[in-house]
Amino acid sequence: MKIEVNGEMREIAANTLADALSELDWAEARVATALNGAFVPKAARAQTMLQDGDRLEVLAPMQGG
Amino acid sequence: MRDFYGVTLNSPLMLGTAQYPSPAVLEAAFRKSAASVATVSLRREGGQGQAFWDIIRGLGVHVLPNTAGCYSAREAITTAHMAREVFETNWIKLEVIGHADTLQPDPFGLLKATEALAADGFEVFPYTTEDQVLAARLLQAGAKVLMPWGAPIGSGLGLNNRYGLKTLRAAFPEVPMVIDAGLGLPSHAADAMEMGFDAVLLNTAVAQAGDPVGMARAFALAAQAGALAHAADPMTPRDMASPSTPVVGKAWL
Repeated sequence: MKIEVNGEMREIAANTLADALSELDWAEARVATALNGAFVPKAARAQTMLQDGDRLEVLAPMQGG
Repeated sequence: MRDFYGVTLNSPLMLGTAQYPSPAVLEAAFRKSAASVATVSLRREGGQGQAFWDIIRGLGVHVLPNTAGCYSAREAITTAHMAREVFETNWIKLEVIGHADTLQPDPFGLLKATEALAADGFEVFPYTTEDQVLAARLLQAGAKVLMPWGAPIGSGLGLNNRYGLKTLRAAFPEVPMVIDAGLGLPSHAADAMEMGFDAVLLNTAVAQAGDPVGMARAFALAAQAGALAHAADPMTPRDMASPSTPVVGKAWL
């Protein structure tokens, strides 16, 4: 299916958010996720099913003021 | 000293982590200034996030994630939840921006987000103006710390409304307050601390200085001097001169 990952359309094979992160090489990364604008806690990623056209945000620590 | 959600800081200087010429300069600025808190953000992972996290952990300071760039309560609340998971802290520097030119807080969104986050166990540091009524509402909503601005973010103008800030400080003597944003010079930090604020938070003034490490140290010393001065109960200014040398005993020449 095709989903939007951090603003870019990506073709992924995974069906769950956890598997999608693995596929995108972020399995071990310190990141937080939001699906279609709603926060998805780490513990809920395995049960979170993805659908075609979903909008996924994967955020990481960054400089800030 | 007033504490921040149970945490007593060993320095009144809080530093941002953005805009430094290099990670090495960032680290040196923190080391030389002994800043007690580092503000950080969350952005789309582009490959640098993990290395940055290692640097921040290595600083050994308290981490204060922000919701910079959020223009609605909803956006800020979601960002706060994401920050809590990534940075493993309940602290959140809550920014709900109302205007792109001034980056001034949207008081209505800020109040709404403070209410929701405080109810959810967050320890909210709301980035606010010197407005006393808004301050009261934020405290009512569950904030136990306030972060009034000195001047618009990144402007370096110092304390734009000393009267308003002084009034705010006097109105809530028990509430820990951080002057956040707009400071440009160490004298601004000293001024804020002399007025009885508990800490200062700045970023651009240090990171964009010709020598960020030297400037970080200057801000640390100024903030410390201001805190000492406030604790020492400054004299009241007067309009006319008053001789400091004794008048009695002066020779009749």
